[in-house]
Amino acid sequence: MAISLKVNGLQRSVPAEADTPLLYVLRNDLALNGAKFGCGLSQCGACTVLLDGRAVRSCVTEIGTIGEAEITTIEGLGTVDTPHPLQQAFIDLQAAQCGYCINGMIMTAKDLLDQNPHPTITEVREALAQNLCRCGTHGRIVRAVLRAAQNMGKKT
Amino acid sequence: MTEAALKLTRRQFGKAMGTVVVAFSLAPRLAGAQTLKLPGSLANNPMLDAWLRINADGSATIFTGKVELGQGISTALVQIAADELDLPLARVEMISGDTAQTPDEGYTSGSQSIENGGTAIRLACAQARALLVDHAAERLGLSAEALTVSEGVIAAPDGRKLGYGELVAGLDLRREITAKVAPKPLKELTFVGRSMPRRDIPAKVTGGAAYVQDVRLPGMVHGRVVRPPRYGARLDTVDDAAAKAVPGVVAVVRDGSFLGVVTEREEQAVKARDALIRAAKWSGGSELPDPTRLHEELIALPTQSSVVSEKQATVSPAAQTFEATYTRPYMAHASIGPSCAVAQFKDGSLTVWTHSQGVFPLRRDIAKALKLDVGAVRCVHAEGSGCYGHNGADDVALDAALLARAVPERPVRLQWMRDDEFAWEPYGSAMIARAKASLDASGRIVDWDHEVWSHTHSTRPSAPGADNNLLASWYVAEPSKPGPPTNIPQPAGGGDRNAVPLYDFPNQRVVNHLITGMPLRVSALRTLGAYTNVFAIESFMDELAVATEQDPAAFRLAHLSDRRAREVLEVVTRRAAWKAGEKGDGVRGRGIAFAKYKNLATYVAVIAEVEIDRKSARIRVPRAFAAADAGQIINLDGLANQIEGGMIQSTSWTLHEAVRFDRDGVTSRDWSSYPILTTPEAPETFVTLIDHNQEKPLGAGEASQGPMAAAIANAFANATGRRLRDLPFTPERVQVALG
Repeated sequence: MAISLKVNGLQRSVPAEADTPLLYVLRNDLALNGAKFGCGLSQCGACTVLLDGRAVRSCVTEIGTIGEAEITTIEGLGTVDTPHPLQQAFIDLQAAQCGYCINGMIMTAKDLLDQNPHPTITEVREALAQNLCRCGTHGRIVRAVLRAAQNMGKKT
Repeated sequence: MTEAALKLTRRQFGKAMGTVVVAFSLAPRLAGAQTLKLPGSLANNPMLDAWLRINADGSATIFTGKVELGQGISTALVQIAADELDLPLARVEMISGDTAQTPDEGYTSGSQSIENGGTAIRLACAQARALLVDHAAERLGLSAEALTVSEGVIAAPDGRKLGYGELVAGLDLRREITAKVAPKPLKELTFVGRSMPRRDIPAKVTGGAAYVQDVRLPGMVHGRVVRPPRYGARLDTVDDAAAKAVPGVVAVVRDGSFLGVVTEREEQAVKARDALIRAAKWSGGSELPDPTRLHEELIALPTQSSVVSEKQATVSPAAQTFEATYTRPYMAHASIGPSCAVAQFKDGSLTVWTHSQGVFPLRRDIAKALKLDVGAVRCVHAEGSGCYGHNGADDVALDAALLARAVPERPVRLQWMRDDEFAWEPYGSAMIARAKASLDASGRIVDWDHEVWSHTHSTRPSAPGADNNLLASWYVAEPSKPGPPTNIPQPAGGGDRNAVPLYDFPNQRVVNHLITGMPLRVSALRTLGAYTNVFAIESFMDELAVATEQDPAAFRLAHLSDRRAREVLEVVTRRAAWKAGEKGDGVRGRGIAFAKYKNLATYVAVIAEVEIDRKSARIRVPRAFAAADAGQIINLDGLANQIEGGMIQSTSWTLHEAVRFDRDGVTSRDWSSYPILTTPEAPETFVTLIDHNQEKPLGAGEASQGPMAAAIANAFANATGRRLRDLPFTPERVQVALG
């Protein structure tokens, strides 16, 4: 069967069962690399995407439950040439080692900044509490989110 | 880049090299082998064209056996190459870890890539540049010293110019490396020693293809494997009807007790795997130690024991003697992304895309397991999630190959599930360290004794003879056995890494006990034994200082003559405004610790702060300071990132991490049964880098973990007057310590 999904502003049809986790469809049918398989258990956050602007774990989000909701992946935020302020801040502060968790960090931070454009450092840390990083890049990640908030504030 | 063109000052080297090259080229290989050993990774890869190619467009392609693990090595090696070749960074391309294209540099491990791989690239590029300049001089009818080089263009004083691309057609780089062309002096380096943005980061933050997980090939199918319920169990029967009923199944693959499935779509593979798990009947398997008596049971196992350091001198008599025992549990690499590989059989040859730390050793064990000629197997590195040592990367490569063999022509992508990684990766060994010291009446250490018990710290691929170190090879119908446990000899050491103190003790004895049994599978985890030994030595030094009412920083300095060791301690105490004899207040405290990694690499001193919540018995580490001396710094920010990362990862190890198991098997199977540090718990880090740019560059990726652990333990003691000697410092243990 085929299911229709709206991903990064485009209507896409994918040949998958309704109980298929969104993550596999994004990666394998739509060739979007951003969301990563980390645990498949909604524990680590590497697979985070936005559903109508809110961060969700795509590894446990069945495509049959999404309906008309808009899916945004990290590819939908910006590109290497025109990065989103969050992506730019992560590049500027070199806030990655292996980088496998960074998709989840950025997408969770996007949700945070949309809700709370001027978070405190404690609010950023708490917002990222359910996103695991193994390389020990936490300090840079938090600073990058704060930097992005600052830069986005300047623009508006 | 506005850098002024550099005047050539190396004519004498170029000349000398010309003669030597001819001599080497004509000499038979054996005669060459008798000459001086080439430095770094050149020793095993002595041909110049193994390391680089100058392309027709004047750019360079560098070949390295060292691979990117998220530590930034690809950027650092390009900095080195671009400087020696006088090329902009953007015109240096890097190909790494491909058995068909790159030199064999063994494993990317032990913080040796800059020292060995970087040295090789530096010397190879220096020689290539000299050859290009000599060739240009010949073409222009000028002497080489009359020429200048900038951004890959060689210019004569009269304005004539030749680009590398024009010169390379007439130049054969297939020649032996002489290592006689001196690399550039420091003042002529443009990229090395500065903070260079990592080349891999933009793609990683925008969803670019960056990982082996992102490899997509035409006709690719998906695999999953089913592992036994416990180590060594055998597959008796499996009714695969339910699995085969899952739509999209291409093949159920069984070879002895190796079981897996290949499907058209990835989610189908997950479903079919679940069906196979339900259907498989297993028997046998080994019993694990009693986790409540783990260290007692380990210490009772057979060992190979050796004295690794002994010093004797006549000294003033001992006034006091102290003794303490420290332990650590089994620890997991716990990569965020489970291991993954893509494998394809085509025309009798196998290609595997892998995030292995050593594509050449992996190839040898894969070839053995599949009874293929080594030449029929190609392993190509693609990055994975950070590995921090020997995780499931190599095992999943053989798993993928076994599945791919069942579906010729079709590439099979296999990513382990979370529980595959946690239950089957080789862990960092559980360990015991026992320290004993005597002090004279003036409070100086006169006698030091350190004994360490540990399993092996390397069971990486490329086992000797018919043995095989890849997981699936032990379960197929014609199984192999794993290679024998070995210890990496001193001075680097394995279980005894950093067991020999850097302090000046007049009498000292260090004994290493290699536990030869292996109830849980173990191998290399970042720092090997150093994390435990530094934790033990630096905790014990602190205990001795406190017991004799001496300031822990001053006590260390009083026993330390190594100039650079003293410097990192002095710098960190200044930076953190350490006050001699400072005392904690029952809730807050600070601790100091130090090590020179492997006694061969980067020096790091750490001061950590702790806060103890007495109600929950949880330790928080709000801030930590470090001073590091890694010799010549290649990438300033890259080095800082490694030291910070090590401090935070060590905080996770130290506060939280232990592999859980019962007599039947490993019970750490997800992030709730193997918790790690979260963002709100991560300490804020302040790192001071000391640049000794006249010294050789030193490996830094594993340098801060040991000192961080001991600094936390010492801070806890400073705050509470109580000692934590068993890792990790869980609330249960904190509760017991607080009484």
